[in-house]
Amino acid sequence: MSGGKKYYQHIRELEPGGFVRKNEAATEMKAKADILTLLDGSLTGPASRRSFLKLAGFSTVLATVLNSCEKPIHKAIPYLIKPEEITPGLSENFATSFFDGEEFCSVIVKSRDGRPIKIEGNPGSALSKGGTSARVQASVLGLYDNDRYHTPLKNGKEISWASADDEIRNKLNEIREKGGRIVLLSSTVISPSANSIIRDFLSAFPSASHITYDTASCNGILLANEKSFGIRAIPSYHFDKAELIVSFDADFLGNWISPTEFISQYASVKKLKDNHDKMVRHVQFETGMSITGSNADTRFPIKPSEEKSILISLLNAIGGRKAENAEPLSDNVAGLADELSRSHGKSLVVSGSNDPEIQLIVNRINHLLGNYGKTLDLGRPVYLRKGIDADILNLVDEMNKGSIDALLIVNTNPVYHYPESEKFVSGLKATALSVSLSVSPDETSALCGYVCPGNHYLESWGDAQPAQNHFGLQQPLINPVFSTRQWEESLLRWTGNTTGIQDYLKKFWESNLFPRQQNKRRFYDFWVTALQGGIFETELSGSGHPDMNDTGEISVHEKQEGIELHLYQSVAMATGRHANNPWLQELPDPVTKAVWENYASVSPRFAADNGLEDFDVIKINDTIALPVLIQPGQAYGTISVALGYGRMDTGNVANGMGVNVFPLATIAPGHIGLSRSGVTFSRQGQKHTVARSQVYAEMQGRPIVRETTLEEYRKNPESGNELHREIEKKGVTLYDKPKYDGFHWGLSVDLNSCTGCGACIIACQSENNIPVVGKTEVSKFRIMHWIRIDRYYAGNPDQPDVVHQPVMCMHCDNAPCENVCPVSATPHNNEGLNQVAYTRCIGTKYCINNCPYKVRKFNWFQYAKNPKFDYNGNSDLGRLVLNPDVTVRERGVVEKCSFCSQRIQEKKLKAKLDNRVLNGQEVQPACVQACPAKALVFGDLNNSENTVTRNTGNERNYYLLEELHTLPSVGYLTKIRNRNT
Amino acid sequence: MSYATEIRGPLVLGNKKLSQVSEDIISPIDSRPGKWWFIAMFVASLMLVYGAYALYITLTVGIGTWNVNNSVAWGWDIINFVWWIGIGHAGTAFSIFLLLLRQTWRTSINRAAEAMTVAAVICAALFPLIHMGRPWLFFYIAPYPNTRGPLWVNYNSPLFWDFMAISAYLLISASFWYLGMIPDFATIRDKTSSRIKKMVYGILSFGWTGSSREWIRYESVGFVLGGIAAVLVVSVHSIVSTDFASSVIPGWHTTLFPPYFVVGAIFSGFAMVMTLMILIRKIYKFQDYVTYGHLDAIARILVFVSLIMGTAYLTEIFLAWYSGNEYEGFLLFRSRITGPYAYEFWAMFICNALIPQLFWSKRIRNNLTLAFIISLFINVGMWYERFNIIVTSLSRTYLPSVWVSYHPTYIEVGLYLGTMGLFSTFVLLFFRFVPMIAIHEVKSVLKHNEREHGMGELKNGDQ
Repeated sequence: MSGGKKYYQHIRELEPGGFVRKNEAATEMKAKADILTLLDGSLTGPASRRSFLKLAGFSTVLATVLNSCEKPIHKAIPYLIKPEEITPGLSENFATSFFDGEEFCSVIVKSRDGRPIKIEGNPGSALSKGGTSARVQASVLGLYDNDRYHTPLKNGKEISWASADDEIRNKLNEIREKGGRIVLLSSTVISPSANSIIRDFLSAFPSASHITYDTASCNGILLANEKSFGIRAIPSYHFDKAELIVSFDADFLGNWISPTEFISQYASVKKLKDNHDKMVRHVQFETGMSITGSNADTRFPIKPSEEKSILISLLNAIGGRKAENAEPLSDNVAGLADELSRSHGKSLVVSGSNDPEIQLIVNRINHLLGNYGKTLDLGRPVYLRKGIDADILNLVDEMNKGSIDALLIVNTNPVYHYPESEKFVSGLKATALSVSLSVSPDETSALCGYVCPGNHYLESWGDAQPAQNHFGLQQPLINPVFSTRQWEESLLRWTGNTTGIQDYLKKFWESNLFPRQQNKRRFYDFWVTALQGGIFETELSGSGHPDMNDTGEISVHEKQEGIELHLYQSVAMATGRHANNPWLQELPDPVTKAVWENYASVSPRFAADNGLEDFDVIKINDTIALPVLIQPGQAYGTISVALGYGRMDTGNVANGMGVNVFPLATIAPGHIGLSRSGVTFSRQGQKHTVARSQVYAEMQGRPIVRETTLEEYRKNPESGNELHREIEKKGVTLYDKPKYDGFHWGLSVDLNSCTGCGACIIACQSENNIPVVGKTEVSKFRIMHWIRIDRYYAGNPDQPDVVHQPVMCMHCDNAPCENVCPVSATPHNNEGLNQVAYTRCIGTKYCINNCPYKVRKFNWFQYAKNPKFDYNGNSDLGRLVLNPDVTVRERGVVEKCSFCSQRIQEKKLKAKLDNRVLNGQEVQPACVQACPAKALVFGDLNNSENTVTRNTGNERNYYLLEELHTLPSVGYLTKIRNRNT
Repeated sequence: MSYATEIRGPLVLGNKKLSQVSEDIISPIDSRPGKWWFIAMFVASLMLVYGAYALYITLTVGIGTWNVNNSVAWGWDIINFVWWIGIGHAGTAFSIFLLLLRQTWRTSINRAAEAMTVAAVICAALFPLIHMGRPWLFFYIAPYPNTRGPLWVNYNSPLFWDFMAISAYLLISASFWYLGMIPDFATIRDKTSSRIKKMVYGILSFGWTGSSREWIRYESVGFVLGGIAAVLVVSVHSIVSTDFASSVIPGWHTTLFPPYFVVGAIFSGFAMVMTLMILIRKIYKFQDYVTYGHLDAIARILVFVSLIMGTAYLTEIFLAWYSGNEYEGFLLFRSRITGPYAYEFWAMFICNALIPQLFWSKRIRNNLTLAFIISLFINVGMWYERFNIIVTSLSRTYLPSVWVSYHPTYIEVGLYLGTMGLFSTFVLLFFRFVPMIAIHEVKSVLKHNEREHGMGELKNGDQ
């Protein structure tokens, strides 16, 4: 440039390209070259005043520019032509169905700018009634998991879909020709269309068979019902129609069959409506303290082996067939039998056992109590968990004999969770063709010859039939992120069918489901309605409830000796399917509050007798080392360990967290047992700290959770809550109570129906871009969740009462945090919301100290884009899950629950556009919307019609630490226990 | 020659002439320091380097490198802040209260005490700055006109009061200390033979000539500054205490705190003065200036303040029981007196309320080794007092679900050691380059005695 100026006529001359991004690099190169010539001219040539001034001017500008651009600018490129249905900045919602092989839930997915970011329950569902579980909420993050398979693989090497299809089809054809056996091994498939595809596949390959293997199967129930009623099915359970629920180790609020549906049913009969003093009574017999047991009115810790004998005595006491050598009747069982007999037809006895014998006893008890057709119904069979354990046991034997030629594995991971994993591995090695259709890497697909990765459910077409008359549709929200293909489509291709999965599904619905209704004349209308609603329900088909036809003898119960091991599914991990999801890994267990790993729970008395302390490492049966966690309510002489941890081959997040205890499961004749007797353990002399979000569990007599019994409540609805009236009466202040002219947002928590399931925590995390901080940080008490569920124990540590209390920001009208902030970064708004201005916060943390509820969280590190926190926040793909309506907080600022102010704003704007006054109840913060129990209610406290206002006026309502006169906007309704009367 | 006051006896021993006083006090500045000085400086620098490393990590990675958490959000940072600011009280309290009360015995001690104050306040001021999540935005706390509305600070927040109080205090104590040194810098300038020193001290002394007019103005400025500073001595720590007293946290929410904090600050400050004066006396052989009488007076003050501290502790315990507040009762009786923090509580109680009672004995007061050890104990005790207030209260708040225990990381320890290194470096440089005893003030005591009692007279005899 020093040689003379180049004049240009149009700005485009400087930019060789147009408005396209790739040309920016070229422009930048040119600019660089210009700078260099400028420098050259002034350094080598005669230094004219002009070039000096140029250089000086340039460096001033450069310095200014560099100083003012502290952050790189990422360009968002707008649509040149706006698609008709997309308005940037507005979200769209699509109905679809979540099914992961175990749990079914109808959901509505919120999509922003083409990417799904939030899962909500589908309120139209008769099953979940708009509720979700933590795992359903977290499933959206699975879509953006960078550890998923990116392409098909052959022996671990990348391969194209075309050649994978060719090779597999050829091999399958070869096997068919020589009459070899092909096995399609999957977890339960509840999709009618997928089942039809499987049928097509089986008819295309006559030597093929389909085997269903459920990790946590309902083997016992299925076989017992076959024996008792002649149908191999799971009945529909109606916890909402029961007045007395007796559960034997069935964790129906956690993982048993359909927990979201059951929580919704259970909560509906736990709620005390005005002038309604009926409430369900729940008795739980179990080994470890489960979320279900923690909600029971009466809970008996038992050893796994005692279950059968107690059930036999119960059966005898109710008047059933006498079994020999039954245990002497204990007072508890006698009393329970009495209670059960009194609520004939209104009780429900369930068992979580996998042993058909035990389920047979349960069937007889329910039959004697007249519960069939009332609280449980085989006329409407449930199609979840159809697997029979014997099938997989046989398959493994045959694989080892070398009689299986091809194994196609869908959505199951036997190498990880088959109890005798090494047998499965050797069998797999003996199988000539092994194909995994898994969505994400797992221990099994790592050993398969071919991996033909499937789609995430948000990328898939499909349907579901969780119960006989209930159908759900599944539609994709996004094109496959990676080069993956639905497993159903892969099967279609290998049979030589080139139909697309969407067309197949549509045709299937047209020919099979469309005729089952009369409302819609044209299929198109029917299809669109079903797709929009996500749900299709029909009349029940079949011949009503079958009759009991069971005359078999019940075998004598053998007493077991020694320490017993009890394996359970935790609420977060279940069978470990979603282990690579950091949100779930960091979801505190509802009972132990531990995160990121599993541990051996022992009872306090057992620990004392054996000299065990928290975090002592013990080796169980000399094979598996685990840290001890002392758990109140654990049965004496038992050890409980969660399944689902110790994944080794699935992804960065899960690998190596915790220990896989599936090898400790037992293979009894005909079923896989999740308990084991005669267990030994030895102390290893080491300590291993388990991170927990809550360490202290006693209320110290403080009025934090207020509770009463149903009997007391009937006499005086205010019982247990006398303190509230006293404080209201005696409270003295110099200041007027703050008044709000427009809205006054408030939330009400029903402690009676909250089960502590944790769906709200994940919903909040998903909605509000809350970072995952990892185990070490959690152990330092730096978990970032904006809503936490406090769990307290009361009474005898061997048989404690448990309470769950969700705690979020109370949005105090006289907030202690607000007046201590030196820079006014946390002010109160005119709708009663306590806000945080992240840009203003300098991080003195004084507000954290002065918050009596300790709901404020500090960004101790830069959590986003920090390799030290290598979770979803650190990958470009993982960050796609972020909600654009909520700021990602930087290091050094305080954050906390905002009552989802972005949602309030959204509804306000909507109402304004509609030219109407917003009804506060329309706004639903993420936690409220996700709650399957509807225990959280949000609304406008100035609107007397809103449920929240009615709740806060209830006699049961109190405020947490109300004696401090913080005037919280979150009210709690007392917990009521239905003790035996 | 020996000069004696009526009550306290001779303030300066050794029959000093005026010129001898200047020579004695300036000699450490003029001579090469001993080996010990370099060793001490090396150790101090090591601590400083560790502190600088900790500071670097804190600033670049974040305060996540500390162990403070979402329940105990303040830890060693604020403990050390309050501890240092407490120590920083004595100098000013010493000079100003005694100046205003015309206690002439302060003259040999006030300079060192003031220097210590400035060093301690600088150490203290570091912590509120770096304990912030985003220290680069610290200026938000200053009420400056801006274009955001304008957006003002929160005048209700004790932290804002704190910021104002500390910056005012630092400004006033540094000015007061510097003002006191001007005539002495002039003395050095006049006495030294080194040209560089002449120039440096010439600038530092602002061209002081020692004329009567200068002396008159000098003394009136001293009194005015003293008057302002006297208020600040009381207000600074009262305001620091409102950081805690105005909160709702049990163990913090106490009306006792303002006087309790001020007295505690004076307590730790005087203990530190004693530590330092015993060192100066020993190392520089200033026993003629820092006499047993001085140390005896400090010890008497300490024993009195220690009684106040004990009373405050007992009042807090009594009120926790008497008020019937279950949260406070739990904190005092089941976390502090017994319970997880019993060790820290009893360390505080014994060091602050019991050990100083030994000073009732004149033999212990005059045993410099014991006095030195006791003064260290007091400072340890005062550190534990702040630990008790901050950590025990925060780790046992209202909801047991958020209870958590807290231990520092090596970064937090590093910052503490770093400030100790900074303090020591500052003190060592002070020893080396500044007259440790206010020459002109000591001389004024000499003159005063001369006129009242005549030269060479012995009234109260030797000590």
